[in-house]
Amino acid sequence: MPIDLDLSKLRFGTELLKRGFAKMQKGGVIMDVTNAEQAVIAEEAGAVAVMSLERVPADIREAGGVARMADPKRVEEIIDAVTIPVMAKARIGHVMEARVLESLGVDMMDESEVLTPADPYFHIYKREFTVPFVCGCRSLDEAMRRIFEGAAMIRTKGEAGTGNVVEAVRHMHLLNRAIAELEGTDSEELHRMASHYCKSYLVLLTEVRRSQGRNEPVSDDDIIFSDVSLKDAQEGLYEALVEVRDIQRLPVVNFAAGGLATPADAALMMHMGCDGVFVGSAIFKAENPEARGKAIVEAVTHFDDPQVVAQVSKGLGEAMKGLDITQLPIEARLQERGW
Amino acid sequence: MTAVQGDVSEHLEIVERAMAELSLPGRAVPVRKPAVLEEVAALIIPGGESTTISKLLVKFGLFEGVIERVEEGMPLMGTCAGCVLLAKEGDEQVMATGTRLLGLMDMAVDRNAFGRQRESFEVDLDIDEIGSARGVFIRAPAIRRVWGECEVLARLEERIVMAQQRHMLALTFHPELSGTTGVHSRLLELI
Repeated sequence: MPIDLDLSKLRFGTELLKRGFAKMQKGGVIMDVTNAEQAVIAEEAGAVAVMSLERVPADIREAGGVARMADPKRVEEIIDAVTIPVMAKARIGHVMEARVLESLGVDMMDESEVLTPADPYFHIYKREFTVPFVCGCRSLDEAMRRIFEGAAMIRTKGEAGTGNVVEAVRHMHLLNRAIAELEGTDSEELHRMASHYCKSYLVLLTEVRRSQGRNEPVSDDDIIFSDVSLKDAQEGLYEALVEVRDIQRLPVVNFAAGGLATPADAALMMHMGCDGVFVGSAIFKAENPEARGKAIVEAVTHFDDPQVVAQVSKGLGEAMKGLDITQLPIEARLQERGW
Repeated sequence: MTAVQGDVSEHLEIVERAMAELSLPGRAVPVRKPAVLEEVAALIIPGGESTTISKLLVKFGLFEGVIERVEEGMPLMGTCAGCVLLAKEGDEQVMATGTRLLGLMDMAVDRNAFGRQRESFEVDLDIDEIGSARGVFIRAPAIRRVWGECEVLARLEERIVMAQQRHMLALTFHPELSGTTGVHSRLLELI
């Protein structure tokens, strides 16, 4: 703590600091860990940060039931064990889990569909926090809503715990193509898109009015969540879309996540334009976690050099078994959580 | 620009801008391989995670090359994680993680000296010969002390946040995030 500094001159928790923190992770691998011992292995393997959670996604699938944030004691042990940043997962919409993790000193929260959603209407209003958030997305509209809510980093949802990269690839294609489509789009069309993106924010108000026998539509000045009016959301999303159109990428760092199992999977996602990767079950569900972790780190740095990817992929032992997505019933797909 | 890990593209953009302002020829390139390191006129080690960057510099055969090039006179700037790596002396975190330092500047650096991400901050700084600049400190280190040829360029109260030793600059904050080119221009002027 900067106890010997004049705090009045310092500004904390600004967008620049939140997005800046995410930028420091670029070109890196963030690894899921469930305890201090795994965190140390991840740091040693060259992870830029670790993601603390109760169980890796493959085990969450197997265990069933409600998946919640990790035990704060575990999170603290992980924080004490490593010097790299520690991230942790909170349930979608669970403001208190996020506040608890923030109070523990977690450096970034993942509002994650891997855990069971806690709010059927809203994601966390992330601008109200000092510590930055990363959120998953399947498409540009989800990414833009999360960024409007204050996410400082985006990741593909993919399909966590499957060891199958196909959904991460799908989500990255959907995002890339939607961004490319924005090129040359005029402001009228962007306004229309922004209004369309706002629809999922109106579910609560529409449901309440309908149950009261009132049919009036949501108006521009209606507050849709926190202190945000529909008009604020439309304008905020419009401005964000203008920026994405002009810079032809998201205004925040964008990582791949959800099903990456091998160094070649990680290199593939970098090749598709991701800024870095999250690896969940693949490392500690594999035969040799340390060697696999190191290999994925090197494959991310040298994703454009197949010889390096080949070299690091040699003799890593068995990868996690993996699941065929088409065999997964829709209710077992974690990517369907969130909106 | 070493491009093993960190906010490389932000530095590349600011360097390109600073070069245009100074009407300097050439361009900014990422460095991942020793062959590219041989060709650059100046080098930046960006912010990121110092443990990760150090490991990758060794792994990719850049570690010794950087030291050799700097000893031959190539200007070098380290920001945040890069600043940690330039130091001769680290702290317990550097020891505990077995992070190899380049050990090029007469200074001792403490990692995460201001705390975790929730304690990251922005503040206005006054830098010698550059003037006022916005300091963006993200899980930032601090320079505990300097000796020998190393000179202090900026302080935040009693903590040293920028130092220079001949053709080397070390900053504990992120000039590539504040949108101004002053610090990068200073590096280019050392070429």
